Amino acid sequence: MATETHRAIETVFRIERARLIAGLARMVRDVGLAEELAQDALVTALSQWPKTGVPKNAGAWLMAAAKRRAIDGLRRERMLARKHAEIGRAQEGEQGSGAEDIEAAMDDDVGDELLSLIFTACHPVLSTEARAALTLRLIGGLTTEEIARAFLSNETTIAQRIVRAKRTLGKAGLAFEAPRGQEREARLASVLEVIYLIFNEGYAATGGENLIRPALCAEARRLGRILARRAPDEPEVFGLVALMDIQASRLTARTAPDGAPILLTEQNRARWDQLLIRRGFAALERAGALGGGRGAYALQAALAACHARARTAADTDWKRIAALYDTLREVMPSPVVDLNRAVAYGMAFGPEAGLKLLDEIARAAALRDYAPLPAARGDFLFRAGRLAEARIQFERAAGLTRNAREKAFFLGRAAACGGRRSGAS
Amino acid sequence: MRVMVLVKATSDSEAGLMPSTELLEAMGKYNEELVNAGFMLAGEGLRPSAKGKRVAFDGPRRTVIDGPFAETRELVAGYWLWEVKDVAEAVEWVKRCPNPMPGPSEIEIRPVYEMADFGDALTPEVAELHNRSREQTRNR
Repeated sequence: MATETHRAIETVFRIERARLIAGLARMVRDVGLAEELAQDALVTALSQWPKTGVPKNAGAWLMAAAKRRAIDGLRRERMLARKHAEIGRAQEGEQGSGAEDIEAAMDDDVGDELLSLIFTACHPVLSTEARAALTLRLIGGLTTEEIARAFLSNETTIAQRIVRAKRTLGKAGLAFEAPRGQEREARLASVLEVIYLIFNEGYAATGGENLIRPALCAEARRLGRILARRAPDEPEVFGLVALMDIQASRLTARTAPDGAPILLTEQNRARWDQLLIRRGFAALERAGALGGGRGAYALQAALAACHARARTAADTDWKRIAALYDTLREVMPSPVVDLNRAVAYGMAFGPEAGLKLLDEIARAAALRDYAPLPAARGDFLFRAGRLAEARIQFERAAGLTRNAREKAFFLGRAAACGGRRSGAS
Repeated sequence: MRVMVLVKATSDSEAGLMPSTELLEAMGKYNEELVNAGFMLAGEGLRPSAKGKRVAFDGPRRTVIDGPFAETRELVAGYWLWEVKDVAEAVEWVKRCPNPMPGPSEIEIRPVYEMADFGDALTPEVAELHNRSREQTRNR
């Protein structure tokens, strides 16, 4: 019975936690302290709610409890300061009036605190990895251990990363506000980058041996929706939401029962999640209506949408995909985009067209050890009937990948080219 | 995980009694909270079962039955589709919902099957099931 109440309290806390930390951070201007105060409020709730029952407005109750702690803490600090002042004859007034500030802020509920917290956790003064860890900790409510598992890291590393991030934010003396004007665009890009990183961290994982990683996709999508709700005029937010929804629609279709990856063109499209596809299309439309059709996320979402729209792989509009890559390449130049563009050209205009583009980008050093490059070349050569050359490329791809399943897949394709296994790898 | 949250019917909802302005407002606020928290995927209210139809299956036979249907407490008057971390979270959110009906009522939470629930070994059978159902549709 008692444990059941505890579990209910912990669930309520989990629901309220991010908003609680956000509100507190705005008052005390320190995310680390805000997190501690929120935790203190949980301890108070755990001691009182089993007797009184969970209050009707649990969020407000927790906030009030945390604020009392904050004010108590400040009074203690000021008393200490006063004693120091008496000894050192320093001026009392210089210590400020933190408690009054907090009391004033208690009734002041303007602005969206959760949005401010997201912007703060994703602040560019932090490394991308630190931003992702802090966002998952503060807004996602993941434990340090869960974050460590998600990023295939160890708990100590992640814990240190989070502590350092909080310290950096504390030292930077930031205003806990969602930025406006010109600054907003750059800061928003930083937020979107973190959300997409979290999504990809989950999406890149195959197989079900690690359940926390698929949960990352869900969390990233939830963050995207929270952001979209609070920044309804930002086209790239909707572009990212669309991209994640459409990609996530294929989550269950893209691995075989034995965990082997299934190529997009080979997937059972009946298993694509139509609800997510519909939601993705709606978000993409919104991005377009807001004038964001040429945004990097919106373009990638439009690419994903081309596949989602095709009933069968053969129905895929590769010419449209090729055209979208032409645009994406201008907006977001990268060797990987060039490679995908070459693949799209190969599909739209025949393997020779693809090979020609591949030759152009093969000189880029960035892709020298990138398995998808020889894999794409192998695929074009295979389709052009140049089997012996194709086999060499698949074997090269197998030698470059570090993923055992992918390696098996490439070796399988090499074997399908017939002939003898070449010495190259 | 995904859950379907089912608002069960009452004699009022079956009678087509429309919600009061107060309830509409409270529900509107509640729905807004759900969207703000980022986990609501879909949700709708259903007309009374008098407007509904049932198709009964027995071997190859199909019989169409007109509403209304008798067992009011088992009927659904509305639903949400949520993506939550676990059932406990859904329970806490449902507790915050204003009573959707003028009288006593119930809301039921049902986790949606996910591929992982079937386990890896079962997936081919599930796929086969899909194929079979498609064949049946074709043979009809």
